[in-house]
Order: sequence, then C-alpha cells, then structure tokens
Amino acid sequence: MSFPLLTATAVLPAVGAIVTAAVPAARRTAAKWLALLVSLATLALAITVMVRFDPDGDRYQLTESHAWIADFGVRYELGVDGIAVALIALTALLIPFIILAGWHDADPLETGNRRWRPTQGFFALILAVEAMVIISFEATDVFLFYIFFEAMLIPMYFLIGGFGDRAHAGTDENAAAQRSYAAVKFLLYNLVGGLIMLAAVIGLYVVAGNFSLQEIAEARANGSLDMATNTERWLFLGFFFAFAVKAPLWPLHTWLPNAMGEATAPVAVLITAVVDKVGTFAMLRFCLQLFPEASKWATPAILVLALISIIYGALLAVGQRDIKRLVAYASISHFGFIILGIFAMTSQGQSGATLYMVNHGISTAALMLVAGFLISRRGSRLIADYGGVQKVAPVLAGTFLIGGLATLSLPGLAPFVSEFLVLVGTFARYPVIGIIATFGIVLAALYVLVLYQRTMTGPVKPEVASMPDLRVRELVVVAPLVVLLIFLGVYPKPVTDIVDPAVKQTMSDVQKKDPQPEVEAAK
Amino acid sequence: MNPVNYLYLAALLFTIGATGVLIRRNAIVVFMCVELMLNACNLAFVAFSRMHGNLDGQIIAFFTMVVAAAEVVVGLAIIVSLFRSRHSASVDDASLMKL
Amino acid sequence: MENLIALLIAAPLLGAAVLLCGGRRLDAVGHWIGTALAGASFVFGAVLFVDLLGKDAEHRTLTQHLFSWIPVEGFQADIAFHLDQLSMTFVLLITGVGSLIHLYSIGYMEHDERRRRFFGYLNLFLAAMLLLVLADNYLLLYVGWEGVGLASYLLIGFWQHKPSAATAAKKAFLVNRVGDMGLSIAIMLMFTTFGTFAFTPVLGTHEAEGLVGGTSEATLTGIALMLLLAACGKSAQVPLQSWLGDAMEGPTPVSALIHAATMVTAGVYLIVRSGAIFNAAPDAQLVVTIVGAVTLLFGAIVGCAKDDIKKALAGSTMSQIGYMVLAAGLGPIGYVFAIMHLVTHGFFKAGLFLGAGSVMHGMNDEVDMRKYGGLRKYMPVTFVTFGLGYLAIIGFPGLSGFFSKDKIIEAAFAKGGTEGWILGGCALLGAAITAYYMTRVMLMTFFGEKRWQPDENGHEPHPHESPKSMTIPMIVLAFGSVFAGGVFGVGDRFLHWLEPITGHDHGHPPISATTVTAATVAVMVIGVTAAYLQYGRRPVPVVAPRGSLLTRAARRDLLQDDFNHVVLVRGGEHLTRSLVYVDHTLVDGVVNGTAASVGGLSGRMRRLQNGFARSYAVSMFGGAAVLVAATLLMRAV
Repeated sequence: MSFPLLTATAVLPAVGAIVTAAVPAARRTAAKWLALLVSLATLALAITVMVRFDPDGDRYQLTESHAWIADFGVRYELGVDGIAVALIALTALLIPFIILAGWHDADPLETGNRRWRPTQGFFALILAVEAMVIISFEATDVFLFYIFFEAMLIPMYFLIGGFGDRAHAGTDENAAAQRSYAAVKFLLYNLVGGLIMLAAVIGLYVVAGNFSLQEIAEARANGSLDMATNTERWLFLGFFFAFAVKAPLWPLHTWLPNAMGEATAPVAVLITAVVDKVGTFAMLRFCLQLFPEASKWATPAILVLALISIIYGALLAVGQRDIKRLVAYASISHFGFIILGIFAMTSQGQSGATLYMVNHGISTAALMLVAGFLISRRGSRLIADYGGVQKVAPVLAGTFLIGGLATLSLPGLAPFVSEFLVLVGTFARYPVIGIIATFGIVLAALYVLVLYQRTMTGPVKPEVASMPDLRVRELVVVAPLVVLLIFLGVYPKPVTDIVDPAVKQTMSDVQKKDPQPEVEAAK
Repeated sequence: MNPVNYLYLAALLFTIGATGVLIRRNAIVVFMCVELMLNACNLAFVAFSRMHGNLDGQIIAFFTMVVAAAEVVVGLAIIVSLFRSRHSASVDDASLMKL
Repeated sequence: MENLIALLIAAPLLGAAVLLCGGRRLDAVGHWIGTALAGASFVFGAVLFVDLLGKDAEHRTLTQHLFSWIPVEGFQADIAFHLDQLSMTFVLLITGVGSLIHLYSIGYMEHDERRRRFFGYLNLFLAAMLLLVLADNYLLLYVGWEGVGLASYLLIGFWQHKPSAATAAKKAFLVNRVGDMGLSIAIMLMFTTFGTFAFTPVLGTHEAEGLVGGTSEATLTGIALMLLLAACGKSAQVPLQSWLGDAMEGPTPVSALIHAATMVTAGVYLIVRSGAIFNAAPDAQLVVTIVGAVTLLFGAIVGCAKDDIKKALAGSTMSQIGYMVLAAGLGPIGYVFAIMHLVTHGFFKAGLFLGAGSVMHGMNDEVDMRKYGGLRKYMPVTFVTFGLGYLAIIGFPGLSGFFSKDKIIEAAFAKGGTEGWILGGCALLGAAITAYYMTRVMLMTFFGEKRWQPDENGHEPHPHESPKSMTIPMIVLAFGSVFAGGVFGVGDRFLHWLEPITGHDHGHPPISATTVTAATVAVMVIGVTAAYLQYGRRPVPVVAPRGSLLTRAARRDLLQDDFNHVVLVRGGEHLTRSLVYVDHTLVDGVVNGTAASVGGLSGRMRRLQNGFARSYAVSMFGGAAVLVAATLLMRAV
C-alpha cells in the first residue's frame, strides 16, 4: 500500500492543532512558530498532491478507501479530482499567510494570568479549520464529507466569537456583544443548512443504500439507480440549501457581513476565502454529480438568485461605511459569479467558476489582510475615519489598491480571467443573464474606487498622520499574494490544465454540451 | 360474583388516588394516594388474571408490590430530607430544584 | 525581427516594474530610467518600421505568438502580437510622442517629490497602450484597454492630496468601465457567434474573408454597437464624454500624452481595426457618424466657453476625436483619414498641451486664461511652438491639420445623399468653431495686456521661459505639427501605406475637392475673425461675464454633469441606501423575526414548567386521558 498522501495532508494540520493547543502558556511565541511550520509543511504536502496528480489520468486519484461504519455502508473514502486539487492547494497556500497576518491578533492583553492561553487557542483553531476544510475537499463519501462540513463550524464559531479586533478587545462591551451575535448568527445559519442537508444525506442513503459518491454517481449514470423525479428534487434541494448558506447565496447571505465584520481580518479571510469555498465546491461535486436532472431543473431559479447576489452584493458594498463589511458584500457579489458559472453548465463557465474560487481566495486575502493592517493601525473599521493614507503609508496604499483592482477584476490580474470565463460561459447559454451580470463589473469599480478614494486619497487626516507603513512581516504576507495575482492573471495555464479535465467530467455528468458558435452551427 | 365488579372497584380506587394526588399538598398524603393507585392497578391485574384464566396478571401484581415497596423506601427518604431542609411537607413548597 | 515586438512592450513594462518597486533608492535616477526605456521602445519601433518598409505593401504583417493565455475547453486566448501598418502607425506615435513627453516631464515634474512614481506610471501607460495596439485578439486588446484606463486613473489622480483630482480619477475610471462593459459584451458576442475573437480569423485578411462574411447583419450590428460603446468611453464621445474635462486635474504632460495624443484615440483605433465588422453593419456605421458629428460640435461648443486653458483644450480634443470617429464611421471612405488626423492631431495637440504646461509652469500653475495675457514677450519659444500648433489645428493651409481635417470634411460630403450634406455641414461648422475657440485661447494667453495679479499669499507670478528639457519636446512637436500633414498628404503617401489594411473608397463626392477646401479655409477665416473681434480688439475682462444661456450651459459642459449627478449619483445613492436598509430590516429581519418568534414561543412554553409537582401530575393525567380517549375512539371507528 502506498503512502496515504491525502490523509497525511489533512492529519498533519490536525495533529499540529493539538500540539499547538498543548503548548504551555508562557511559550506563546513557540506556539506561533509551530503553527506556521505546520502550515508550511501542509503546503508542501499539498504541492506534492498537485505534482502527483495527473490531469489526464483517472477522475479521482490518490484514492484511499477503508471500511468505517460497516453497518451503514459508511466508508473512509478519499480521492481528488482537478477541482479539489486546486482548492486544496489554495487552502494550504492561504493558511500560512493567515497565520502570519494574525501573528499578534491573539496576544493576551494582560500577561498576569499564567494559565490563560488565547494565542495557542487561536492558532490551534486555525489549523483545525484547515484540517477539516482539506478533508472536506478530499472526501468522496457523502457521510464523511457531511461530518467535516459540519464540524468545521465549531472552530469557526470560537474564532469569530473569541477573537475580535485588537482595538476593540476588552475595552468595549458593545463590541463583545456584537461579536457574539455574529458568531451565533454564523453558527445558526450554517447549522440550519447542515440539518437540512443531514435529512437529505439520510434520504440519499435510503434511496441508494450507500454513501459512496463514486458508486452512486456511476449507478445514476448507467441507469441502475433510478430516482423518482420528486425524490431527486427534494434531495437536491436539501444539499443545495446547505451549500447555498455556506457559499452564501442571496437571500441566505446576511450572516457573512456580520461574521466578517466582527472577526479579525485573518479570520475573515479564513471564512470567505477558505471555508465558504467548501460550499461552492460541494455544489460542483455533489449537487451536479448526484442529482444531474434536478440540477438542470433548478438551474433557472439558481441563476436568477446568483444574478441577484451579484448586483445586490455590489450595490450594498457601495453603501457600506465599514471597510470589512464592504469586503464582505463584495464577496457576496463574487460568490454570485461563482454560482452563476457553475450553473451556466458550460465548460467556460465551470472552468471559470473553479478558477474564480482560487482567484477570489487570493484577491480577497490580499485586500482583506491589507485592510486588517490598516485597521490595526488606526483602531477603527469606519471608512470615514481614514483619509490621505496614501501620503503617509504609500506601500500600504499601493498594495491595498492592487488588492482592490483585483477585486474589480482588472485585466492582467488573476480574477479577470475567471470572471470573463464565467461571463462568457453564461452568455453563451443565457445572453440576457450574461449581460446583466456584466453590470456587476461597473459596480465593482464603483465600490472599490470609492473605498480607495475615501481612505487613501485626499488631505491627510490628523489621526492617520503618524501611521507607519507596512512592516516586514506584513510585506512578507502581501507581496507573495500580489505576485500570485499578477502571475495567474498572465499565465493561468497551470491551474486551468488541472481543472479542465475535471470540468469536462462534470459536464458529461449533467449531459450538457457547450453551445456551438453560430457560424459553426450554420455550416 | 361477576369479576367485572372488581374492575369497577379498581377504577374507583384509582380515581380516588388520582384525585388525592392532584388536590392534596401534604407529601405524605400524596404518597399514600400514589400507593392507592398502585393497589388499584394490582386489583385490576388480579381481576383480569381471573377473567382470562392465566397467571400473568397475578405475577405482575407481585412485581408491582415489590416496586411499590422499593418506592416507599426511596420516596419516604426524599420526603424526610425535604422536610428537614424546608420544615414543611408541602409539595408546593418544593417547586424549585434548589433550596 | 518578430521577437522585437515583445521587447517593444517589455521595455516600458520593465521600467514600470523597476520604478514602482524600486523604492526611494531610485529617486535620483528614476526619471532617466523611465525616459531611456521609453526611448528604447521608440528605437525598437523604428527598427520594425524600417523592416516593414522593406517588404512589399501586401505582406507588411509581423506576428509573434508568445504563449497560450487562457486555454479552456472550447475557449482559446493567446498572448500574441500582430503588427501591421495600422499598429505600426500607432507604435511610432505612441513611443515617439511618449518619449518626448517623458523628456518634457523631467523638467515639468522636477520639484515633485514623487517624480519617480510619475515616471513609473507613464511607463506603465506606454506598455498598456502598446499592448492595446499590438494585441492580435480582442481579449488581449481588452487587457491593454483597461491597462491604459488604470494608468490614466493613476495619473489623473497623481496629486491625490487634492480631493478634486481623486474624484476626477475615479470618475474617469468609472465612465470608462461603462464603455468597457460594451467591449466585454462585444467579445462575448464574438465568442458565441464566431467561436473565436482573434483578429485574423474574425476580420479576415485581404487574401481570405473572415468569419464576419457568413454572419447575419443583426448580430454584426450588435457587435459593432457594443464596440462603439467601448470607443465612446475611451475616446470621450457623447454620451460618455463627461470624464475628459475633469481629467485635466492630472499633471499637464499626462493630459498631453494620454488625454490628447494617444489613449483617447484608442476608440478610433478600435473602430478602424474592426472595420470589417462595421462595413457589414451599415446601421451601426450611421450611429458612429452621428456620435462623431454630435461630439465634434459638443466639444467645440464647450471649448468656446472654458476659461481654464486645459479644459478649453480638452473640449478641443473631444471635438477633434469627434472628427476622427465621424471619419471612421464613413467606412473605407474615411478610415485612412481618421488615422491620419489622429496622427497629426497627436502632434499638434500634444504640442499645444505641452505649451499650456509651459505657460502654467511659468505662471505658478495658474490655469485661468483670464489671468494670462501678453505672455508672448516672456515666453518666446512657448509662444512660437504653441502658435504653430494653433495654426495646425485650425487648418491653416499647408500645416498638418489642414491636410487631415480637409480630407475628413471631403470624405463626409463623399458619403453621398442627404447624410453626406448633413455630416459635411456639421464638419464645416465644427471647423469654424475650432478656429474661433483656438484663436480665443491664443489671444487670451499670448496677446493683449498682462492681467495677472499676486495670489493670496502675495506672490506675483514671474512668467519665464521653461528649461530646455521642456522646450525641446515642444520644438520637435511643432515641427511635426507643421510638416506631418505635408509628408502624409502630398502624393497620398499615408493613403498608400494604410490602404492594404483599411481599404479605400472614394465615395461619391457631390462637390469637387477644391470647393470643399475653399469652404474649409473660408469658415476658418470667419472663425478667426469672429474671435479676433471679440478678444483681440477689446480688453479681456479678468472676471468672466455672466454670458448668455448657451455660454453658461457650455461652461457646465452643457449640463451633462448635472444630469449625471441628479440621475445617476443621487439616484444611485438613494438606491444603495434603501437597499442597505432593506438588507438590514427585511432580509435579515425575516431571519431575526423567525428567531424572535421561536424565542417568544419558548418563553410562553417555559411557563408550563413551573416546578409544582401537582401541575405536572395534572398534565400527566390529562395526557393519559387523551390517550385513552383516542384509543377508544379508534376502536369505535
């Protein structure tokens, strides 16, 4: 038996989390370094997965399969396709930056209490989330996936509720109340989604007799497993609802601005760039494969909701006064694009959507982490409290602008490629929806530039006059992200090569063919 | 004699017991009413046993007696300790799960 | 030789990267690095030009394929370049004028502490603009298209500490984004129609017809109109013209390079490049000519009323690009002249802006022409070069503007029919107004009495000639303004150069070329005379008179900004504010409401758990009674 690479990729951060949590209170710097090293080692493993993965090979590779709960046909089954590989790489890539960006976010406020260990907890929770997210990307057993899909809520809950912005921590009762409201809201939304999905998971077991994604999908494809139309639709809705909450899709989105606004910037990145991706990923992997007919049935409604998300999220982003909530609404708009791409059911749309997940992760991380650095300097999240930062901290402003330009999908930066693919893929099948979605790019320019103008330009406000520019640690976080944004904007081939075969498979699952160009069709 | 009359008696005893449980406040009286209800059930079991001509009902009646005896032991102990702590045997005084 | 194309773009791109990432260490030499790399790019361009000249006219095309950019199932975009006569013309204009303006900026920005960054942005602009004209497919063109938009955004807002500059930059980017939406939709339409958006397969070559040939006119009209929307955004044509005037907040070299000579003409490039599509969509062409004609009058009228020298020139730019768009809309009759006017305009308008910059440099950055006057004595070089540019733009016979504008007016008449008369009439009227407002600028700035006063700090401006690094580019551009037209126009050299790409058609001129030329010169004289009577004979008031209704409207850009403000800005603010409210109360409210009602229900249920053993007993008996009753009922039924 070969080395269980996938298990190792998920277990390493899990073990790292336990060890980090056990570090004595006085050695918190050691805990930070430990967490960083573990996340880097995980990145190395993820890169190994990427290298070992053969895009032209089988659909699921590096598979592992062990009996687990034999009575219910639950197996410990792992396997990755191109889409999962790309997202595992993204997750493993972002975690070291998140850890580094949050280096001081969980330092204890008073050092008197010898047994108090928030730092250890913070980094252990981040690693725990990483482990669970990675295994969700790897699981090809529906039940296994479900367990970790739900379990990751627990560490996330503590991360959101337990660690706020430095400026507010401990000083403002109101901030603590807001934070716990946000954490509870996050938990409740996702739990409700998860419970409905649990019902659907059980329903699937009743209908199919096992939990194996591959077996069920195969049986569905060759007709040996027949589902009544209504059964399939209900099961689809059960799964989709959970993923739509996580993604989040309008009108199930309201937990995200609260959660991202109250959490520290690195945790906000963890939510939107990593955890939420499980939702969109699961739509591609589970909804489309298990319920192809129902997916096609629901497509019009989902496309409309995605379209509303795009425009609505962007308009609300324009109206925000809080930097982090603005980024949150921008993310809602972007998730609309991702879902649009998935359900447009064209190769370009789905490749674009997958690429979008990766690019959005990087671009939001860049924008949000720089915003976090900015907020930590001034101690306020309100846009109106800033002005003229460009003059005193040009590097900070410059990286913030690049993050913003990536968010508005400037050509030459990575998100443009994915956004254009999504738009083209949608337009090819649904021209009207494609055109309306294009308005999103104008609105994106509006909210990004308004944010930049109000915070970075104009006369220097006295409160920001002594603001230091980015420190070395912060540059180490931002610079690689910026380089990646540019690199993937100019040369996205490494990612598209991995993703493309998987998308082709998905397209054949739902038995959809790309629309032919008019000129070809006429021939 | 018609065994159905025993059932009527059992029902009557049960009702008296139940009413006692509902309207009396003194824990000892409530306790005795519970015993009354148990014994009404016993009577019904025995009557049914006779009517159906098998011994199951009588065996169950013995079980009930054993359970009732055990209950008396535990129940009285609780009542006594309640009385000690609250200086009252009223069930309404014991409405909280703390002192 | 093909490999030089990538170097052409790489040189300024490298400059941008080095200058923007280099940090303060490069402050001392940054401007020289930037200028050297722009110059290098010009040298590469010149080498390629010589190479193209050596080939026969039909085969002057070089292509370079770098790598596959977005390879996705059924979708292929490459990083590949296409150099033909059309792009070559642009390359020389961009790198040539670009290098001169780099040189000029060394002096102009001398006292700015962020000069290194300024040169980085300028280099970034050059790279993006070259990418725009060298791309071999529309998607790559789009990258350059937004790249120049970004550079323009950064440069307009270069003095970010001024809120007006930051707002103008944002406005320019946003209005351009609306246009970009058009380009984006056009590319999507091309993809669904042709399955590709590379130039050669879609547009064809002179040997083989492209995919355009087999497509319905309706689709092509759609594509063409979307391309026109893009062109309107970038080239500041009505109805997306409002950003150009505000863009003058940027440093003057930027106005000269980006907002006069090169970037704003990208829309004309797009239309001429997509000629095959427009030729097959006559309805769209008609719209193009209308947009061009309306803008040329709009810009000219606005230019007459502005007292800010740069804004007056901006109105003029708008108007001159209107001429180019008009010519481009005429189809093969006008393509060549559109580009020819574009090049000559590049020379004289860049020269005029640099002249304006030189004046401002000597006048403590004063832009109000009412506070100039009589400057010819103080700045002789600026006066002469500006004057030559002035003569060129009004179409003084023999200078470059004369050759190119006259051809466009001829072409407009040659369109034939009523349309031809109307378009030709508009173009003539525009020529008259051009002569008027440019004479006004000239008289108010260089002639008459000196009108400047000490500013509020008591500093009186001491007008002086600018340093050599600024005057040399102005002199070179003045040469271009004088001779370019003759070089291009005499013997139809430019026509023969571009014809293989754009095609050419003489149309049906209803009147002879000589008549048109005579009319053009006549209206020019009328315009000059009118301006002289108003501004040359009488002293210019320092405080602007109230003016007629039209003047006041023209000062406010014919009220378009007010319209935008009321409809788009206010409306948008209301919309977003109400949506924020809706999101908070309604969408979130439904969820919070559910939570609250569950909470309320449990509050009520909690009262049942009162701790009284006897009330629990009642519910037990009640429940038992219900069960028994139910069982009996079931039996009975």
